[in-house]
Amino acid sequence: MKKDDESRDIDVQDIEILPRFITRREFLKLTGAGIVIFFFHGRAVAQQNEGGRIYFRQQAPSDFNAFLRIGEDGKVTCFTGKIEMGQGIITSLAQMLAEELDVPLESVQMVMGDTDLCPWDMGTFGSLSTRYFGPTLVAAAAEARAVLMELGANALNAPLSRLKSQNGFIFDNVHPDRKISYAALTRGKRIERHLGNTPPLKPVSEYTIAGKPALRRDAYIKVTGKAQYAGDIRLPAMLYASVLRPPAHGAKLRHADTSSAETMQGVKIIKQGDLIAALHENPEQAQNAMKKIDAQFDIENPKVDDKTIFQHLLDVAPQGQVLASGGSIEKGRSLATRTFEETYLNGYVAHTPIETHTAVVQIKGGRATVWASTQTPFPAQNEVAEALGIPVERVRIITPFLGGGFGGKSRNQQVVEAALLSKLTGRPVQVSWSREEEFFNDSFRPAAVVKISSGIQNRGRIVFWDYNVYFAGDRGAAQFYEIPHHRTYSTGFSYSGSSRRYHPFNTGPWRAPGANTNVFAMESQIDIMAAGAGMDPLEFRLSNLRDTRMKRVLNAAASKFGWVPARAPSGRGYGVACARDAGSYVAHMAEVEVDRSKGSVQVNRVVCAQDMGLVINPEGAVQQIEGCVTMGLGYALAEEIHFQEGKIFDLNFDTYKIPRFSWLPKIDTVLIDNKDFSPQGCGEPAIVCMGAVIANAIYDAVGARLRQLPMIPERVREAL
Amino acid sequence: MQQFFFSGIENGIMFILYLCRATSINKGMNMEGLIRFNVNGKAVSMTLEGERKLLWVLRTELGLTGVKYGCGKGICGACTVLINKKAARACRVPVKNIKGKEIITIEGLSENGKLHPLQEAFMKHDAFQCGFCTPGMILTAYSFLQQNPRPSYDEVIAGMDKNLCRCGSHTRIVQAILTAAQEMAGAKV
Repeated sequence: MKKDDESRDIDVQDIEILPRFITRREFLKLTGAGIVIFFFHGRAVAQQNEGGRIYFRQQAPSDFNAFLRIGEDGKVTCFTGKIEMGQGIITSLAQMLAEELDVPLESVQMVMGDTDLCPWDMGTFGSLSTRYFGPTLVAAAAEARAVLMELGANALNAPLSRLKSQNGFIFDNVHPDRKISYAALTRGKRIERHLGNTPPLKPVSEYTIAGKPALRRDAYIKVTGKAQYAGDIRLPAMLYASVLRPPAHGAKLRHADTSSAETMQGVKIIKQGDLIAALHENPEQAQNAMKKIDAQFDIENPKVDDKTIFQHLLDVAPQGQVLASGGSIEKGRSLATRTFEETYLNGYVAHTPIETHTAVVQIKGGRATVWASTQTPFPAQNEVAEALGIPVERVRIITPFLGGGFGGKSRNQQVVEAALLSKLTGRPVQVSWSREEEFFNDSFRPAAVVKISSGIQNRGRIVFWDYNVYFAGDRGAAQFYEIPHHRTYSTGFSYSGSSRRYHPFNTGPWRAPGANTNVFAMESQIDIMAAGAGMDPLEFRLSNLRDTRMKRVLNAAASKFGWVPARAPSGRGYGVACARDAGSYVAHMAEVEVDRSKGSVQVNRVVCAQDMGLVINPEGAVQQIEGCVTMGLGYALAEEIHFQEGKIFDLNFDTYKIPRFSWLPKIDTVLIDNKDFSPQGCGEPAIVCMGAVIANAIYDAVGARLRQLPMIPERVREAL
Repeated sequence: MQQFFFSGIENGIMFILYLCRATSINKGMNMEGLIRFNVNGKAVSMTLEGERKLLWVLRTELGLTGVKYGCGKGICGACTVLINKKAARACRVPVKNIKGKEIITIEGLSENGKLHPLQEAFMKHDAFQCGFCTPGMILTAYSFLQQNPRPSYDEVIAGMDKNLCRCGSHTRIVQAILTAAQEMAGAKV
């Protein structure tokens, strides 16, 4: 038996993890023997319409969209189209699988985001992976374990009732020395199962792997520089491309003189319609050649800029829809003893992953192989096939590690550029955007306006709530307080091409899309009403809530923070905000310090309490929450795209400020491990309160109410 | 006497190099020349155009892809390497400035397969998410700890403030650096 047990001794450094490029032949060999469970995470498909995008399945098998395999060596492999961009699912999904299957975590391999090896998947966004994919993966693992138990019963000649699985072995409970490894059971067999009804699952109370902190499986390769990202792919004869960009959005190319660039040694120039690129075997030389291209553009000069955008959006807003309503706003208004009319604004925000959009494409024998930094490998496959005019099955997208995504890498423009340039040059091509291109081409978080009219009765009861959001989106717009008369209206939100009808450039999903804007507006309004009622903002919230999960996170945050009730502004700089997002409940408390003369804000402390249902990897969850809080400081205090006449003025980190070490508050997290609920989203919920909690803390500190994000010193001074 | 003689020759060579450089600038030419330096303990000699940036030579010619492009302007720190054990932004360093110098990239930080205490500490604290800024963070911290081996929390914050991370791993990076500092101080005793 010793021989079969070797997987347990594997050092973390030797684990094979993505990106692992195996050939198709290897893959067929891999699936040739062993136990294969095909499964379908169907609830995720319902999410395909989320954000107005619809992805069509092409060439995809209809009955499964992920599978796991137990090989003859006992190694377990999960094939999924999801990708790893730092959020840690390469660890948390492996934990869930290892737990249910009763194998050591080290024996699980994740093969992710490879369109040749993995079944179709819509993409990685919306905090869906652990929430929707996870439970199905667990069910598939349970199915596999059931198959192994049956095989074990035969091999050990013992009834099923006497058998137990543990650590990659089936044991006979009565004779514990009688055991057989999964590897031995699988050897020479080919068993295929399609997950039907979910077999009985292991009770959560018996978990030994999931729910425990786990070292990130990508740790070793990330601290040694071995982790490969798309830009690290090197192919023989590969050219680096520099693509001509217009000086402003809406500008049309009139003429490009490339003659001087063409004389440069080793430089290839491509001119195909609007796509003009300089390519060279050395990326600097490609850029030098681009500088020599003399291009003239007709500039459209859209009149809107970062100051006039809000009125523009209100003017062009199309007919929207009522998302929810109850009672009658008129009646509520007549009952109110005080009403509050407010307008909240936020500008465009960039994604700025430290890794810019990158792709490498090689075309050989009518097949394209693509290494892409993308959150949506399968949609990218369609886009490449369309651009090259070849069938989808002749395109393979391989997704190496992503250097951050945050929603911005749902768009695959760089992939299409690399594919076209590879076709036109006949060579492998790498397109890696410069930081300036990354800013210019970004699909920004949309600028938005929220108008709220609300009212309270005596003793601080909210009696009506009329909520109107323009262009931020629906997510986070639903109010969760006990309000008898309410209405929520949303308009102008779209991630499809039609967004360009309203916005001067592309917009798209940005970590917890919509919710950051909506929660900022909503929870600021709640605070304004609390102050109007002369009540402590926490007490005001609790007295208007019935939802026990929300009350629990608020109380948990208050207890960790040491919240002492007081009317705002108390001068202490304390703020509170709460929200529901991606199935999770979050409550934040913050302490800030405001420099009255400069208008600058330092956040000293943030407490976040989160109820995300069952917690799979507590260490990973805390890491995500800290990441959300830190990243959230940016859109709350500094991040905003300045533009005029289609020109983007923020093109690098010199003027566009993202959070730094010196901004860092002390961050405390409280995880409410709520085993009554399946795992919920974690990569996004804790970012949604950051605007409101800081705005409310600023008000408490100095009595100034900020109604526009980001809360830059100039706006703070103005509010004072 | 001999010593004087050699230093005289050195001065002469310096002078000649200076002349060459001045000529190339005057003519606006891209001068290619032999550049010798040391990368991760290995001697390298390459014919390169002197204005090329160290970042791209490491990534393209030498295949050391652990050093990352982030902004191209020395703002984000993703391209940080050690030049004579001091952190430098490789995207801003022309290769003509590294003649005879010792470069260490993330690939060369571990010795004989043993990870550096900073690498161990980054792993222990999960001090990254996407990992793209990590090599630059570790090498910046290396240089910082050389100058300040027993830093306070606030000193680490100040020492790392010019490196950007978008995933928000800052809290853990600070903890990892403090842990590594302790580890390294212990090892020296």
